[in-house]
Amino acid sequence: MTPLLGLFECELRLSLRQGGDIGLVIGFFVLAVLLYPFGVGPEPELLGRIAAGIIWVAALLAAVLSLDRLFAVDHADGGLDLISLSPAPLELVVLAKGAAHWVTTGLPLCVISPVLALFVDLDPKAIPILTFGLLIGTPALSLLGAIAAALSLGARRPGILVSLLVLPLYLPVLIFGTGAVEAVLAAEGARAHLLLLGAASLAALPVAPLAAAAALRQALD
Amino acid sequence: MLNRFANPARFMRASGAVLPWVRTAAACMLALGLVWSLVLAPPDYQQGESVRIMFIHVPAAWMALSAYLLIAIASAVALVWRHPLAEIAAQAAAPIGAAFTLVCLATGSLWGRPMWGAWWVWDARLTSVLVLFFLYLGYIALVNAFDDSSRGARAGSLLALVGIVNLPIIKFSVDWWNTLHQPASVLRLGGPSIDRSLLLPLLVMWAGFALLFLWLLLLRMRIALNEKKTRALRLYGQPAARDEESAAPLSVVPGVAVKL
Repeated sequence: MTPLLGLFECELRLSLRQGGDIGLVIGFFVLAVLLYPFGVGPEPELLGRIAAGIIWVAALLAAVLSLDRLFAVDHADGGLDLISLSPAPLELVVLAKGAAHWVTTGLPLCVISPVLALFVDLDPKAIPILTFGLLIGTPALSLLGAIAAALSLGARRPGILVSLLVLPLYLPVLIFGTGAVEAVLAAEGARAHLLLLGAASLAALPVAPLAAAAALRQALD
Repeated sequence: MLNRFANPARFMRASGAVLPWVRTAAACMLALGLVWSLVLAPPDYQQGESVRIMFIHVPAAWMALSAYLLIAIASAVALVWRHPLAEIAAQAAAPIGAAFTLVCLATGSLWGRPMWGAWWVWDARLTSVLVLFFLYLGYIALVNAFDDSSRGARAGSLLALVGIVNLPIIKFSVDWWNTLHQPASVLRLGGPSIDRSLLLPLLVMWAGFALLFLWLLLLRMRIALNEKKTRALRLYGQPAARDEESAAPLSVVPGVAVKL
């Protein structure tokens, strides 16, 4: 357990020390969302109808772009070989790194999203559901992204390859996240959508470390 | 039987013997199926003649799903037993499966325009088949993204297994969401609900598509094995070939020296 906590702490400390990491993710998220009022026009009714989609899509893109620092840096400087020699199973290493990634990417996105929702004229009564949906959906993004990041270690164009691999897997999270907000706006229950979002994260919890660890072993061969 | 064909030379001999039969059978079934479905089968009482798109759309959809299942099974065999031909089979099947998915989406779109009034709707089944198409493209991209082809093959095997979760979603999407695409009419509890006069040509077209897939798969596997042999010959060369190399490079087909 201690090597894993140590790894988690180390990852957190590294990203916080290079404060740029979290700042870049939040900066990209904010910019991506703010592009839309310029693109589709500032009418509140139009923006309000697509607000949930804007925020969720921007969150997905921010998550995808931040995936390259999950394994690539360690793979390049040999740290991954050392980590694989540790007594902790590689699957739990993936879980620890994924958790650190979520704390430094998913969690900041959730915190910023209520503020951004005001910029895109989302109906205020849907903001809690939007934030809660992001809270339970972003772990799935980090975990599924870990699979894609591990698979593309050593590839020729890892950045764009990760996007191509992971965006089809992200689609259910996107669909249910935005569906929850729309259900609230239509005065139906968002319960089903939120339950499915949670199910996606919980299903990713055992599957993603297994797949990502197998991919890491392939990369380390 | 898997062990029997682990030897590539034996596979080449067996597939070479079988290939002409598969080609002829595919041509016959497709010809029979096309004539039966496009000319002889009765028009639907509701959709009229437009129902004939179904005879291309549905078998293409079935083959798209079967091809992915084949890739997933071959990937599992490659990862677990390291069967030498499993990765070749999976990589050979991927573009064919992607093509069938594209045909399914295109014919579905052409069918949707007269029936639903829309070229595309974000219905559960259409969305999940589109995701399947992108899974195919992702698989092909991943396998080709590495300079070391064996690393690419192993990474692709893993990706194929991760994406298998999409297949039950596609199959049951029309049961879980009550949306525009019609629910299952053939593979369902209680037997097919489609009339026999339309079911039989549908099954013949499906057999034709399956044989076409098998023919293309065996052809692509043979080409892949030949490419490997050529690459090995170029890298490690035979003494005679090395002498000739400076004067007359070998052509793509091994054993045939062409003076260019």
